[in-house]
Amino acid sequence: MNNSEKKRMNGEAEEENEEDVEDEGRDAWERTYTDERSWEALEEDESGLLQPIDNKAIYHSQYRRRLQSLSATSAASRIQKGLIRFLCVVVDLSKAAGEMDFKPSRMAVIAKHVEAFIREFFDQNPLSQIGLVIIKDGVAQSLTELGGSPEAHIKALMVKLGCAGDSSLQNALELVHDTLHKIPSYGHREVLILYSALSTCDPGDIMETIQKCKKAKLRCSVIGLSAEMFVCKHLCQETGGSYMVALDEGHFKELLLEHAPPPPALAEFAIANLIKMGFPQRAAEGSIAICSCHREAKVGEGYICPRCKARVCELPTECRFCGLTLVSSPHLARSYHHLFPIEPFTEVSARQLELSRVASKTCFSCRESLLTPGAACTKCKQYFCLDCDIYIHESLHNCPGCESRRITPAAASATMS
Amino acid sequence: MLKEGAIESRLVAGPLVVTTWPRSFLLPPHSRGKLLRDFNQSTVVVGHGYASFQANRRSLISFSDDVSLLVVLIDTNPFFWSTSSSSLNFHQFVSHVLVFLDLIVRLSQLNQIVVIATGHNTCDYIYDSSLDTDQVTGEGELPALYSFVLQRLEEFVDKDEKLGAKQEGLSEKRASSLLSGSLSMALCYIQRVFRSGPLHPQPRILCLQGSPDGSEQYVSIMNAIFSAQRSMVPIDCCYVGSHNSAFLQQASYITGGVYVKPQHLEGLYQYLATVFAVDLHSRSFLQLPRPAGVDFRASCFCHKTTIDMGYVCSVCLSIFCKHHDKCSTCGLVFGKVQSDAASDRKRKVPES
Repeated sequence: MNNSEKKRMNGEAEEENEEDVEDEGRDAWERTYTDERSWEALEEDESGLLQPIDNKAIYHSQYRRRLQSLSATSAASRIQKGLIRFLCVVVDLSKAAGEMDFKPSRMAVIAKHVEAFIREFFDQNPLSQIGLVIIKDGVAQSLTELGGSPEAHIKALMVKLGCAGDSSLQNALELVHDTLHKIPSYGHREVLILYSALSTCDPGDIMETIQKCKKAKLRCSVIGLSAEMFVCKHLCQETGGSYMVALDEGHFKELLLEHAPPPPALAEFAIANLIKMGFPQRAAEGSIAICSCHREAKVGEGYICPRCKARVCELPTECRFCGLTLVSSPHLARSYHHLFPIEPFTEVSARQLELSRVASKTCFSCRESLLTPGAACTKCKQYFCLDCDIYIHESLHNCPGCESRRITPAAASATMS
Repeated sequence: MLKEGAIESRLVAGPLVVTTWPRSFLLPPHSRGKLLRDFNQSTVVVGHGYASFQANRRSLISFSDDVSLLVVLIDTNPFFWSTSSSSLNFHQFVSHVLVFLDLIVRLSQLNQIVVIATGHNTCDYIYDSSLDTDQVTGEGELPALYSFVLQRLEEFVDKDEKLGAKQEGLSEKRASSLLSGSLSMALCYIQRVFRSGPLHPQPRILCLQGSPDGSEQYVSIMNAIFSAQRSMVPIDCCYVGSHNSAFLQQASYITGGVYVKPQHLEGLYQYLATVFAVDLHSRSFLQLPRPAGVDFRASCFCHKTTIDMGYVCSVCLSIFCKHHDKCSTCGLVFGKVQSDAASDRKRKVPES
């Protein structure tokens, strides 16, 4: 009776909230029953017996499915990817972001995962820039300007941001449109909206704003934290972005990190251009100069702009005095694996492995014996274990078998004919 | 080719069991107090014998900080070793390296070594200390490690030669070895060690390279470097060739390793023992050789000269020194909206 009365009074509060408030004296092991509900992960087979949970097999099958969907769209053909991206991340800090269905609150979870996303984004796209926007009280504000340094954005996120008021999608889109309008034409304009509210409170016609964004070639994607909304879906469909709704914290992280690698680019979206860039040399040890970013004298350990000889502290950056983009060759090299991807390996069952004439049944790269089904490279025909397969495709981007062979032009043409 | 008995006679004098190193070389004065405080955690640099004794008493419980997994990539490229004009030939080089490997094994019972050979046409594993534990048990088994490695190296060089015999017309001027292949294999092995559980030694990679850089391997080597940076595996390099290797300098700089080009190659063992034998934790107490200046400038795709300022294609990131109308790598016309260019191409196809 007590519970139902409480529910009628504040219909939005969830059961877990009430229990947390009531019994804070619960131990951690008791909280795993109320919060985590590990029994929901168990499965039964036909006869009603419990099946053991094999995490590794699940992980491998998830990985394979992901790879199949990726290879269906790209792999063989060299799809053009937008490598120089200007991304605005819009975080909804309306009242709905204070909901506790993601522990401890949606806002804290978003802040934590956006920090990881920013680091991953700059790792994969060193020449790109990010800007942060927040929606609060029906108004959109720019938290940080478009910039290429991850530290500035993460510092701004770590400040205690309260959440209040309504959310306004149109105001956010207008602000983002104005920000991204000024960038050069070779950059790809993207928006990532993390939307927790179930409504939007707009001053005008949002459909007009959506058309405006579409004309400006903004690619808007939304990750919803509560439920699917038509206006978000429409926005994503019109602008060519993706709309996903997160089921729980782990799923949210996965969806967010999916936006880190560069998306396939539509040719009309960005004009190919030659960008003038400088490759600065490191300043001599012991040389003293006033650095242009901090405006204080520093010793050694910096880079000198080749055009105006100003000293900058870190790369990649834009020289403050002459505006030249300064990068080093490893920054460009970080994106080369997007341009020269390796093909996915074919799956090899245990029986095929037995039938093959390979002498030692070990993975070529790590020399672990191949007990579980493995994978084989289509070009060099070497066998790899599944863990190496995952590592090669997700992190290394080199096939050890292909790299350990020397292919002369004569041999290459012989295999082609 | 390599005789077992010849090794002992060519050994450069160097202590095999290192228990005391000159203190002034090792410790800058302000860190001595720290060393005494850390004594109980077995991070002593001086007196390695004692440290490993401490470690072994508790070895079943945890790995102490100074246990390392060293993956050594040995360059066996015959094109380099046959034309090398330096004072070091391949036999001497291998003897220095074998004594160094023995040193690593003796520093701690829990240290592991993996040797991968980088050839001209292939790469392969030579030795893995965790596989045959009978071979290296400590006292009196010195020749076993040496003979095993020498035998495997000989087999590898023969295999490398056989694979190369099928190919003709290779210019010997700048014949490079397959460094990217062995780096990739080393990284996969290290990932396997990470996967084996929470108790594992600290991995690092040591490249003993002499061959010049192969420009066709640039992308693969950079991929391997970035992957090593993410997994926090330092790539050290001891370069025994003639000119500095830009790839390996960048590798050491980006991953936080050490790059050394020894000036006196007859004393190679000394360089190896003093710079590369130390485990990762103790490196913070040492003054290791720092790179004089790593050149991060790019080279343009048209002339292969290093440039200070250049033009970069926004689609494929190729670097040019002068302004062009069309990108030679991806074939896109600059400054024009791509849909026009694409429709031009489509109109041309049915005509031809």
